[in-house]
Amino acid sequence: MSNEQKHTGDTGHGDNHHPPDHPAHLAHHFETPEQQFESGKLGMWVFLATEVLMFGGLFCAYAIYRGNHQDVFLYGYGALDKMWGATNTVVLLASSLTMAWGVRAAQKGQQKLLLTMLFLTFMGGVGFMCIKGVEYKAKWDHNLFPGTMNAFYYEAGQPKYPEKLEHAIEFIDGRNSGGNSGGEVQGGGGHGLLDADVPYDESPAIEHDAQQVGHDGAGHIVSASPVILTASFGAPADMSTIKPPASPADMGVNDAVIDHAGVLTTPSAEHTQVLWRDLSSAEQKKVHLFFGIYFMMTGLHGLHVLIGMILIAWLFWKAKKGAFNKDYFAPVDIGGLYWHLVDLIWIFLFPLLYLIH
Amino acid sequence: MNAHTNDDHGIGHVSPIWMLLGVFALLIFFTVMTVAVTYIDLGPANIWIALGVAVIKATLVGLYFMHLRYDSPFNSLILVCAFLFLALFIGIALMDTGEYQQNIGPPDTVRPVAG
Amino acid sequence: MSVIQDQVKVSGYGGQQGPGETNYINHSKGIMSWLLTLDHKRIGLMYMIAVLTAFLGGGLCAIALRTMLYMRSAPDVAPITTGTQDVYNQLFTLHGAILVFMFIIPAVPAILGNMILPLMLGAKDVAFPRLNLLSWYCYMAGATFFLFVLLSGGLDTGWTFYTPYSTSTSTSVAAATMGAFILGFSSILTGLNFIATIHMLRPAGMGWFRMPLFLWALYATSIIQVLATPVLAITLMLLAAERILHVGIFDPALGGDPVLFQHFFWFYSHPAVYIMILPGMGIISELMATFCRRQVFGYSFIAFSSIAIALLGFLVWGHHMYTSGQSAMTNAIFSLITFSVAIPSAIKIFNWLATMYKGSISLATPMLYALAFIWLFTIGGLTGVFLGALSLDIMAHDTYFVVAHFHYVMVGSMLTSFIGGMYYWWPKMFGKMYNETVAKVAWFLIFFGFNLTFFIQFIAGSQGMPRRYADYLPEFAIYHQISTLGSYVLAIGLFLVLYNWIQSLVSGPKAPQNPWGGNTLEWHTSSPPPHENFIEDPHVTEPYEMRAWDYDESIDGYVYDKAKAIELDKQSQH
Ligand code: HEM
Ligand SMILES: [Cu+2]
Repeated sequence: MSNEQKHTGDTGHGDNHHPPDHPAHLAHHFETPEQQFESGKLGMWVFLATEVLMFGGLFCAYAIYRGNHQDVFLYGYGALDKMWGATNTVVLLASSLTMAWGVRAAQKGQQKLLLTMLFLTFMGGVGFMCIKGVEYKAKWDHNLFPGTMNAFYYEAGQPKYPEKLEHAIEFIDGRNSGGNSGGEVQGGGGHGLLDADVPYDESPAIEHDAQQVGHDGAGHIVSASPVILTASFGAPADMSTIKPPASPADMGVNDAVIDHAGVLTTPSAEHTQVLWRDLSSAEQKKVHLFFGIYFMMTGLHGLHVLIGMILIAWLFWKAKKGAFNKDYFAPVDIGGLYWHLVDLIWIFLFPLLYLIH
Repeated sequence: MNAHTNDDHGIGHVSPIWMLLGVFALLIFFTVMTVAVTYIDLGPANIWIALGVAVIKATLVGLYFMHLRYDSPFNSLILVCAFLFLALFIGIALMDTGEYQQNIGPPDTVRPVAG
Repeated sequence: MSVIQDQVKVSGYGGQQGPGETNYINHSKGIMSWLLTLDHKRIGLMYMIAVLTAFLGGGLCAIALRTMLYMRSAPDVAPITTGTQDVYNQLFTLHGAILVFMFIIPAVPAILGNMILPLMLGAKDVAFPRLNLLSWYCYMAGATFFLFVLLSGGLDTGWTFYTPYSTSTSTSVAAATMGAFILGFSSILTGLNFIATIHMLRPAGMGWFRMPLFLWALYATSIIQVLATPVLAITLMLLAAERILHVGIFDPALGGDPVLFQHFFWFYSHPAVYIMILPGMGIISELMATFCRRQVFGYSFIAFSSIAIALLGFLVWGHHMYTSGQSAMTNAIFSLITFSVAIPSAIKIFNWLATMYKGSISLATPMLYALAFIWLFTIGGLTGVFLGALSLDIMAHDTYFVVAHFHYVMVGSMLTSFIGGMYYWWPKMFGKMYNETVAKVAWFLIFFGFNLTFFIQFIAGSQGMPRRYADYLPEFAIYHQISTLGSYVLAIGLFLVLYNWIQSLVSGPKAPQNPWGGNTLEWHTSSPPPHENFIEDPHVTEPYEMRAWDYDESIDGYVYDKAKAIELDKQSQH
């Protein structure tokens, strides 16, 4: 085969004279190492595009349920821990840094540094999975796993596990109303809460809440959340889930909100909080969907972290055997792209799941 | 090939260490910021700020950690296309579900799940 | 003096291959040399065996279906019971699912694409040979899941897996979704490979606009495979989660949204219909050029219309959901965009017709299939436009009119172009010629049988015969009887093709390097090609400049005159 015969890709490498015999790492159907390297990268990018669209389906499901059931999300997210989420973000970003550094080391032929960086990246993955494990454990303890395992699962209009449900409500209501704004845990429990068939505007809880707002004035604008939510998300569909104020009590609640409108915008106020009783009975039956979506998204992402870790372990093993040098480091670079994508997806998952307003 | 004597010669772009660390610092800064913003209630702006920050972070990762800035532009095009098609998918589906949402009955009006 | 001329031995090639030369088929022996091969040609052949087996399976389901419907017209002989209805539901589901996911989507890209694409580029292989082999194994794994479905209670959801029925039926939905999921991976890997190959392995002298149109079509197909298939993957994953865990995203009984499932499904599956047809259109462009012995008319229009179809194909999925509860506004938008898909399709048709005009047409078997394609695709495409019209579709949706529409495009167009392409490249793939007379008789049976089967379904559908029913009113009996008879004719035609191919393998005469006189690069190597594809680097010129190939009676094939080709190339540069 003549050396004159050139292949031109889009990146225009035509003039590279490769040594007369193919280097060992150069596959027979490529002309030059550059061509092989660029092909590998192109292939990886195309693959990453498929990953984006695959996760995209989940983002779509998320957008649709959040868009149409804002308060279900506001409620359910109370079970998540912002700080663990943020910590995991930092862990993953750090492992992305070490990965990028590892690629640099590989490009410069710094064997020891490469091994160190790959090891650190791997440990980043381990750290991420451990924290995820802690979080999942908390969900497990409160029966918040998806589908039929979920405390909020309803069957034929009735809660499947009334006791677990009561516990879960207490847990989430407590977190939603307590926490930073210093309010006490609402006197949840009570059979009234579980009486799913009581429509929203007949619920005795509303008066209770109205009083609450009156008492502490600390920004417990909770009870009127639907009104705020409509305003804040602006999706017309939300209207369907909101009953028009039917009783003087309702009107009172709305007034209370308006009274406290100023509080909303002050930096010290905790953002909108939703309690179980603020959900309409139809929405109460959809709370388990939040956990379904949460677990699908973080589960698929976690699976990708695991695959990435396997990839990095393999790279480490190859690097240890001295497979890479400054002329041949494509697998490190391409494996790195995959790892960065996993990070990139988490960058979106984090605010969408852990920082809900 | 005289690549062995010349440090910067070779395939692909070699990122300087200051750049890697700088990008990382920015990423951490934005993470702290996006968490901090949640303590301020800005109404509908909150989610858009959170998403905006996420886009900035993602862009940083893409451009520098993933070398897109120094790569063949076609690779960036692939990523942008993926996001465009995703936006199309989510956009139309969201628009449509918003329109018909009121037609969906409450869960207990539907027959129970089998199996 | 150009570099090219330095290299050229101005002698040309194209004579008979000497005896004893090895080719990719006899290059190495033993079953493992096939199962572990990285050679794109061998992988193409392995795909051929697997995909044609799936075709046989899906086709037999169809014959069984049509037979059941025929028997229904004699209720005394075969009374209809819930048992037979269940069997019917399973049959049409397996028929659809097997033929869509295991035959029509992989057929052209995975068989002919794998075989021909690197040859057309003058390359030694696709960019990622290992992924290529992996894609075949994914295909086999997916097929295994479907076999499992067959043995474990079948499947009765229709190939569309609509919720909420698919979350509650007792048949093996989870296994089938896993199967389709893995098959999706195999399709993604093929697409990814083709994109990288076309970008990176084009030879010097072959710019984008000197690429054969088949490659443009495969490129457009790959874009769809890569961008749409992952959405199917996540849809099926969510469906499996739905069944196993009852997550409820698509289940209204759990607060979910069943219409959302259809958005997910059709966001993949409408683009997927173009995964099926675009490569077929690419084949037709090649056949038109070669058998009219003419430069393709409107090359760049055909090339760009492939890309346009691929992109527009992503904007029309809602036309499958007009009656599913999709909102009125979305209906209107999708209806409008659906009409526009007809434009790039029509551009192709008109350019092919213009290519034929004043061409010296030779009615060899592949060309007959190309002609059938034009006829049948026009009918199939136009009825698609009818169905895109909101008001008409409200009436015609889920009737036999839709069944007829998509069989005209999937069978009438895609299958004919596939068979045409198989005949066209058969000599290249196996180095054997086939019996032309048998081939023509089979073509006639297929064309006639196909129209007999499906044209009548337009009428039945417009009279109100709904699809997916085992039973029907007496006034529809005549339509079903005719349709069933037609399907037998079609089946006989297809078996005759199979016979024709097997007979060619066993005792066909040796094929010359270039039996048709085409000038795309696969004709610049021997038939069948050697392991490394090309002994001597092929000479890259305009893909449809066929005047440098001279017919040589002694070998019944064409011989390349390189000096003339260089001269012609020089002229075309000015
Ligand atoms: C000119 C282009 C085309 C247009 C405008 C078009 C339009 C349509 C419309 C509106 C429907 C929905 C009918 C209904 O369910 O009520 C439909 C169904 C269908 N079309 Fe097409 N089509 C076109 C080309 C194709 C092609 C090229 C293929 C495949 C190779 C195809 C395959 C199908 C299939 C499989 C269905 C039925 C899906 C199902 O419900 O199971 N179409 N088409
Ligand atoms: Cu369609």
